[in-house]
Amino acid sequence: MSAQLAQFLLSGLTVGAIYALVALGFCIIYNASHVINFAQGEFVMIGGMAAASFLGAGLPLPLAALAAVALAALIGMALVKFAVAPARGASVVTLIIITIGAAILLRGLATVVWDKRIHALPAFSGDAPIAVAGATIAPQSLWVIGVTALIVCALWGFFNRTLTGKAILAVSHNRLAAQLVGISVQRVLLVSFALSAALGALAGILIGPITFTSWDVGVMLGLKGFAAAILGGMGSGPGAVVGGLTLGLLESLGAGYLSSAYKDAIAFIVMLAVLVLMPGGLLGGRATERV
Amino acid sequence: MLALAAAVALAPLALANNYHYEIAILVGLNAIVCVGLNLLIGYAGQISLGHAGFFGIGAYGSAILAARYGWPPVLALAAAVAAAAALAYAVGRPILRLKGHYLAMATLGLGIIISIVVATEDRYTGGPDGMSVPPLALGGVTLAGERAWYWLVGALLVATVWLSLNLIDSPLGRALRALHGSEVAAGVAGIDSPRHKLLAFALSAGIAALAGALAAHYTGFITPGKVTFQHSIELVVMVVFGGMASTFGAVVGAAVLTALPQLLTVFKEYEMVVFGGVMMLTMIFMPRGLVPTLAALAARRERAP
Repeated sequence: MSAQLAQFLLSGLTVGAIYALVALGFCIIYNASHVINFAQGEFVMIGGMAAASFLGAGLPLPLAALAAVALAALIGMALVKFAVAPARGASVVTLIIITIGAAILLRGLATVVWDKRIHALPAFSGDAPIAVAGATIAPQSLWVIGVTALIVCALWGFFNRTLTGKAILAVSHNRLAAQLVGISVQRVLLVSFALSAALGALAGILIGPITFTSWDVGVMLGLKGFAAAILGGMGSGPGAVVGGLTLGLLESLGAGYLSSAYKDAIAFIVMLAVLVLMPGGLLGGRATERV
Repeated sequence: MLALAAAVALAPLALANNYHYEIAILVGLNAIVCVGLNLLIGYAGQISLGHAGFFGIGAYGSAILAARYGWPPVLALAAAVAAAAALAYAVGRPILRLKGHYLAMATLGLGIIISIVVATEDRYTGGPDGMSVPPLALGGVTLAGERAWYWLVGALLVATVWLSLNLIDSPLGRALRALHGSEVAAGVAGIDSPRHKLLAFALSAGIAALAGALAAHYTGFITPGKVTFQHSIELVVMVVFGGMASTFGAVVGAAVLTALPQLLTVFKEYEMVVFGGVMMLTMIFMPRGLVPTLAALAARRERAP
């Protein structure tokens, strides 16, 4: 394997892991509430920015990260309680605009609470690059990929082995039936949004040392994470992970071998292609429509 | 309809200086896009989160043809509008098979791809710095000055509203409303849904491109900032805020939301927070939009003894 290819693959996996986390967040919220959360990217931003300011306030890294994730989870719960739940039953366009409005609100709050500058997070375990298969990888990338893998396993355990996780899956399959067996949909919504926000925030903290963070870092990440979710199959957890990693690899390889100027466009071209050719995505089934 | 024409004709009495005229012209241009977009979102029931892309094709297409290739501005404008409509027609075929969220994301992707192309091909478009645009001229007569542009935009707005109202009452409009209600039922009644959706999409794209080209020639300058996802969202919010399936709602929505940022500068750094908050609150409490909600309130008051 040429060193250049290895380099592209490694960087693609790193950014793909972040897309996977964002896509998972979309997926969990979509499954629980059938809402496309356009504010998902802002959770990533909040995670990075909050961690930066907690670190600046003197907290050690693990505590700062925990605090930032907790903050994001709280904001996620506020989002569903005050914005999404009151508008339940509204049309698709209305819900989309509500979450976009929430994203704008959060970005505005970020410029007020923090500022418009770029903030750097320190790498978790130093900057010394490690040589792998002729390419170099920053230790932070290993953190990103490793933590993402851990989270994916933890989520699998959560959804398949714990009662709360199964309750969330139940609501996503059939809300009425879940209510009939005694599941509190309201609580499921709160947990789903909090969980998605936490995932986004964690992604922001992980990628912060590599790409830095600022008030508007969430826009593109959110949109690309969404493209990843569609690539993998909207509403499918494994699909989100596969879609995220695939998108990251495609982006990295495309930027390396085809055109680096159009790197950002790759995600959207892929998304358009998937929507037109296989709307179900890689892992989603063919959707049938009840007439 | 007459009220709108009267409003357009009489408004200059209230406009004190060039700045006010400028706002009025911007409102008019946004309103033109929104009336077209409303045909798509409100009547045909299809979402488009990428209409700034068509606006941009109109603006940049006309700008490039006029500035770089020396075409007469009016011809460049017409060509750009035709190009946008053609692109919408070509891309619309596969995309409009999708529904709901999937359609929204497909149009979103299209809009973003257009904005990235515009920002990257700086040999033609001037890249992120933008490019200057020659003013609109026909024969030897150049359109210059706020007042002249105001009358042009006002006349075009009235014409677009007239077109939209007539379209809605025509067989095409009834077909659109039918397929909005239920595509399957419309199909059973013999309506060719894909063709009608495509027509609505191409028409709204052409109207958006027209407004875009006019905007470019009016301000004399165009930047990629007008072709962004944010601008697409602003357009959709204008339509939904004013009232979907209401042509005047689209105009009102454009007027309010174009003027709103000017008012919001009062809030200085809280401007974005307030804007986002306003978006959310109006969608939560007035999901049908301003004009239909007010109309419903008025109707209820009439009925109450």
